Amino acid sequence: MADKSSSSAYWAANLRVIFISLAIWFICSFGIGILLRPALSGISIGGADIGFWFAQNGSIYVFLVLIFVYAAKMNKIDRDHGVEE
Amino acid sequence: MDQFTLNLLVIGASFALYFGIAFWARAGSTAEFYAAGQGVGPVVNGMATAADWMSAASFISMAGLIAFGGYNNSVFLMGWTGGYVLLALLLAPYLRKFGKFTVPEFVGTFARFLEVSTTTGLLIGSAVVFAYAVFGGMKGITYTQVAQYIVLICAYTVPALFISLSLTGNIFPQLGFIGSYAPTGGDVYFLDKLDQVVTDLGFAAYTADTSNMLNMFLVTMSLMIGTAGLPHVIIRFFTVAKVSDARISAGWALVFIALLYTVAPAVGSMARLNITTTFWPGAIDGETFSKPALSIAEIDSNPDLTWIRNWEKTGLLAFTDKNGDGLIQYFNEPAPLVAANKALADATAALAAAPADADKAPLEAAVAAATTARDAVLAEATLGGQTLAAQGIVGNELTTVNNDIMVLANPEIAALPGWVIALVAAGGLAAALSTAAGLLLAISSAISHDLIKGALKPDISEKGELLAARISMAFAIVLATWLGLDPPGFAAQVVALAFGLAAATIFPVLMMGIFSTFVTKEGAIVGMIVGLVSTAVYIFLYLGWFFIPGTNMLPNTPDAHFLGISPAAFGPIGAILNFVTAYLVSTMTKAPPQDVQDLIQSIRVPKGAGAAQVH
Repeated sequence: MADKSSSSAYWAANLRVIFISLAIWFICSFGIGILLRPALSGISIGGADIGFWFAQNGSIYVFLVLIFVYAAKMNKIDRDHGVEE
Repeated sequence: MDQFTLNLLVIGASFALYFGIAFWARAGSTAEFYAAGQGVGPVVNGMATAADWMSAASFISMAGLIAFGGYNNSVFLMGWTGGYVLLALLLAPYLRKFGKFTVPEFVGTFARFLEVSTTTGLLIGSAVVFAYAVFGGMKGITYTQVAQYIVLICAYTVPALFISLSLTGNIFPQLGFIGSYAPTGGDVYFLDKLDQVVTDLGFAAYTADTSNMLNMFLVTMSLMIGTAGLPHVIIRFFTVAKVSDARISAGWALVFIALLYTVAPAVGSMARLNITTTFWPGAIDGETFSKPALSIAEIDSNPDLTWIRNWEKTGLLAFTDKNGDGLIQYFNEPAPLVAANKALADATAALAAAPADADKAPLEAAVAAATTARDAVLAEATLGGQTLAAQGIVGNELTTVNNDIMVLANPEIAALPGWVIALVAAGGLAAALSTAAGLLLAISSAISHDLIKGALKPDISEKGELLAARISMAFAIVLATWLGLDPPGFAAQVVALAFGLAAATIFPVLMMGIFSTFVTKEGAIVGMIVGLVSTAVYIFLYLGWFFIPGTNMLPNTPDAHFLGISPAAFGPIGAILNFVTAYLVSTMTKAPPQDVQDLIQSIRVPKGAGAAQVH
């Protein structure tokens, strides 16, 4: 295990990535897909309004991109802090 | 070749494939039996996780739930995929031990395709799982699940491609369902057409907004955090070699899950339109009521409609010509008509049940009064701009449309070729088998590894433990078959309970274990008990104590729910109670010992994870 100060810097960097990712996760599904649907009903994607599309399809695409970006970012942070396997 | 032979051929070929793979990948050591050795890459692991995750319920029932629930049931789409984000971010990289088993479920719906009884179908399915799971272990199951994934995803998407092409002119269902409706020339969006047809018949629009945003929010959250707390999903992340692989494995799992989940709303909405326009043929290329409803003579003479009689035999579809006009009128009865028809049926039943020597005059008067009341409702209610009375309609005549036939009968409803129908049968079986095998593995490893090696007989040899694992797997299969033969009959409630409880108990504890050095053992235990009890009690209040019918203390209706929160939505509230309790108890108890705090620190850092995997 790396020394204490570097490991807490690593953990802080990790938490920042997690926090930003969770914010995106929340906004696309609970935000656009549910809570903001009435407010955004004027915007449409094809035959669906944006809230409906995010609830049935869009969120899933965002989730996918999110996990891969997260994994790439974390692998880079692992290397930067010298804690990769 | 007839449909039955075709079904047998396709299903037989898929079984032969699974056996072949299980034989090729049979386990030689306990490491391979429990965790497929270390040789499983993230893509293979992701595909196997997807097959494991997508049970017969995902494959068969979800599209039907969406078809009839519309926007409201998007909760399943977001909930069962968004959980993987939590897995990837909050759990997969940190986990080192696995939890206990989940109740196995096994479905015998496929009996119809094999033309055998449900019991025989279940026994055949069990024998297949038995053969490959007992010999293959996790390694065999992982590679078999890859094959099962391919079969099930083809079975799901191939009919969807055909149907999307014919309804919207776009071969990709994900684009088709937000595209235009082709049969009327493409100047109307498909979703607008669907909304139009179902609202003409008195149903809520498919895209209608939810009536209870809070409940929808909580159900989605419950499914998401429940997904991240289900043991048989979590166990998957022990089979990869490195922490970086664990992160990306959740991503690959979601890729393969998303292939099915993004198609599901298209399958649901298109099947809904197809089944509705089957009964109102005028709606296909014109106004809903421009042609009369489907006639019984047509059902019995049109070769494309033989599926109606076939599915009627299973009880998943039912119709009665109530007014004797030879047509099947399908519509949503308005609430007053439902009540009036029920009152009339009750009065008629009371009259029929009266003893021969009783005074029947008051009963006959009651029937006459109920008939008058019902006729008054018929004179008020309208369908297609005319009153029901004027059209001679007395009620909805398509009395049962089970959710499950939206996928199972989908290729037949759309008149697709026989091999597509056979493929759907094989796909449903693949989904059921892969999930059952994954659950059984979790059970057998809990018994042989945790119980026998961990507690009863720690000095057991490698060979002896492998034998014990195989024997306990065999017993688990026998038990699951026995439960399946005499099912407790509350599948939907158990699913709600399982996700709600996982959300309220396992997920918060895992989170506190990883992200907090403050929470004590006592805090975690008391928090978990509070989460478990509050969620279980809320579910039991509405669904009956331990699901025993009639013991519920409140009716399970939206009006009776506290703040409109349904039992399936309580998980996140249980989780919050769990967190708060754990925090409060921790402030009152002694801080965790230094070695535990050090352990939490070491879990956070990927380096050295390899050492932790040897046990």
